[in-house]
Amino acid sequence: MDDALMRVATAQRSKAGQAAEIRVTGMTKHFGGFTALDDVSMTAAAGSFHALLGENGAGKSTLVKCLVGFYKPDAGQIEVDSREQRIASPHDSSALGIGMVYQHFTLVPSMTIAENLVMARSDVPRIINWRRERERLAEFMRAMPLKVPLDQPAARLAAGDKQKAEILKQLFLERRFLILDEPTSVLTPGEADQVLGLLKEMAGRKQVTVLMITHKFREVNAFCDEVTVLRRGRLAGAGRVAELDAARMAEMMVGERVIPAASGGARPATSPTAAPMLEISDLRVENESGVMAVNRLSVAVRPGEIVGLAGVAGNGQRELVEALLGQRRPVSGGIRVASRPYTAKRADIGLLRVSGLPEEPLRNACVAAMSVAENMALRNFDRAPLARSALVSRGPMLEQARSRIAAFNVKSRGAHAPIGTLSGGNVQRAVLARELSDPVLLLIAADPVFGLDFAAVAEIHDRILAARNAGTAVLLVSSDLDELLGLADRIAVIFEGRIVHETAIGSADIGVIGRALAGHAAQAA
Amino acid sequence: MTDIGWWGVPLAVLGGAIRVSTPFLLVSLGECITEKSGRINLGLEGILVMGAMSGYAVSYLSGNPWLGVLAAACAGLALGLLHGTLCNLPRVNDIAVGIGIMLFGTGLAFYFGKPYVQPQAPMLPSIPLGAWSDSPQIQAVLQIPPLLVIGVVLAFALDWAFRNTRWGLVVRMVGDSADAARAMGYPVNVVRTLCTGAGGLLAGIGGAFLSLYYPGSWSEGLSSGQGLMAVALVIFARWQPVHCVYAALLFGGAGAVGPALQSVGITSGYYLFSAAPYVLTLGIMIAASSPRRTLAGAPGELSIVR
Repeated sequence: MDDALMRVATAQRSKAGQAAEIRVTGMTKHFGGFTALDDVSMTAAAGSFHALLGENGAGKSTLVKCLVGFYKPDAGQIEVDSREQRIASPHDSSALGIGMVYQHFTLVPSMTIAENLVMARSDVPRIINWRRERERLAEFMRAMPLKVPLDQPAARLAAGDKQKAEILKQLFLERRFLILDEPTSVLTPGEADQVLGLLKEMAGRKQVTVLMITHKFREVNAFCDEVTVLRRGRLAGAGRVAELDAARMAEMMVGERVIPAASGGARPATSPTAAPMLEISDLRVENESGVMAVNRLSVAVRPGEIVGLAGVAGNGQRELVEALLGQRRPVSGGIRVASRPYTAKRADIGLLRVSGLPEEPLRNACVAAMSVAENMALRNFDRAPLARSALVSRGPMLEQARSRIAAFNVKSRGAHAPIGTLSGGNVQRAVLARELSDPVLLLIAADPVFGLDFAAVAEIHDRILAARNAGTAVLLVSSDLDELLGLADRIAVIFEGRIVHETAIGSADIGVIGRALAGHAAQAA
Repeated sequence: MTDIGWWGVPLAVLGGAIRVSTPFLLVSLGECITEKSGRINLGLEGILVMGAMSGYAVSYLSGNPWLGVLAAACAGLALGLLHGTLCNLPRVNDIAVGIGIMLFGTGLAFYFGKPYVQPQAPMLPSIPLGAWSDSPQIQAVLQIPPLLVIGVVLAFALDWAFRNTRWGLVVRMVGDSADAARAMGYPVNVVRTLCTGAGGLLAGIGGAFLSLYYPGSWSEGLSSGQGLMAVALVIFARWQPVHCVYAALLFGGAGAVGPALQSVGITSGYYLFSAAPYVLTLGIMIAASSPRRTLAGAPGELSIVR
């Protein structure tokens, strides 16, 4: 190491334990033709607890990933302590004392927490003197109100403890600027208060500056000093939390929206008293880490209407759709389709004519290596006319695929092409073709146009409206509020696994919906 | 010759364990290193045979069995590095490459080993720990092969190294979460290649034991699948080097049950008893399996676990 580098390193070390100020000016980032960040500027003062608010896809993650050197911004500057810095890789940000706690865990599962902490350092000795390391760790842990068992392998910890360990790891590395990406999504409210309280205290002592991505207004109000709000990649507002209330922040986040008067042309007259096609009552579903992701959720969808389920991602939507489509077994509660109990088994799905368009269709609704024709036959390959006793006949299968490819305008190299080789929009069209070619009583769709281009979005929306107009009951789950406002007849807002607000589209109030999305349920409308 | 009657059975089993377990131990320690880094090398069977042949040949040509062990180690290292390097290529499956190396190693050994089937090479010496006893049986049992001593010491050293050295922790990190290792700047493929090389080296030495100590000759049927059983043994030992010692002794002892019973006159079911190690493998695997849990202790990057 030459002298200059050594001096920089020493200078950095002497600054450890001293909060850093970060100023971002004119940050812009494009992904292809899509502008994820558009001329965003913000300042996180040294020792502040700064919240970064915004809907899904507002550009929060892009902004912080530029800060830690994961992405290279197309324009804009980053200043750390009033000195311009080029952050080209996570190594650079790490050298500046900037650390990030990701939503996914980065601990090595089979190693103990102590081993994980020691190995995270950049100066691991050739032979590790555990007695000395343990003394250092014990001393470090004494100052921490968070307790994590140091001798347990990371894999054995519950999600909350893992999240604590991730935060401890960053604090152990003596970060001066700490970025947290929705740190409390896997913590209980008690644990969340404990973790955020500690960080607020450390920020108050000017040991660290915290920038936290969150959707939860409660946390912003309780712990944060300053807030920056992003909307569709642009700066939508900023200020001191003390001077803003939740309603004002929700307005910044959601923005002014025009609710379309009527959607989708001729709709059948649904009588509000018609028997529901889908009736979910008190449903509870666990996610894979044992958290009750769907918690006593009740909602009903009548024939010929689209119920839009709005919510910030991670509030139980994925688990609900998985339970409805048979990928996950509910813990308790009832699902009835056409007034009959529904278990999401193949027989039920066929008999009650339920069809599904899950998120990530290539993974959740297709076999990527099988051909378009085979994928289109997944619902009926074992029934006449495709099957005769135990044999599947290729002729009728290909015939069916060709007619569906033509009807739904699926672009592929032919019915024999593996479906994994199709573009996202065409996979979506192929799945729609399979799910909507025969009359359907109930359609479950989750983020059906995620990542698709404009033409494909319009076409798939038309298909869903056409199904609704033909009398299908549609449950449309989407994290894009605009999509729901454009398509749905009723809106239901899901928060922490239950419906906190429900309204007909005619009487929808965007302010009320915005607050409900953030967990501030008002019994309005 | 004094008659020790039924005492001969446990004594013979112990002797068998000491005599037979060394190649199991060395190969499984090597595979343990390789699997800890996140790769499986099924080619160890071929490397074992190749090590046996090259060790025997060099011992015969040079007159020094230890030079033979060195040659076997070099041959094993070369084949291990070949496996490791091939697996670094994109879209290459380590299981398939392993089967390729297995066939390549045995084929190569048979091809070059033809001239050495007849001649007698100098053997490795043994450490006579039984000199205190008058009983020839006990003396025979306590002939400790030096490679076994090396293997046991190595097992404890590895166990320590996996916990207390940067090198050991990096290997575990690479084997358990390649993403985490990459994020911290450790070269995943280099570590895995070196670990596969080290695994090959130990398997080569294990092969030299077969041809230069026990059974102590070179023939094509020498290994009879011991390299493959060592792979199973690593799973049984839950990827812990010290457990590999116990597992190797257990397997060696199980293999000696048949001959031991024969020595006291029980000859019926001899072949059944010879199958004891294999039955033991199956039994242990069934007892340790669970439909709900994944294999405890398995490195997360192993292709069979993922």
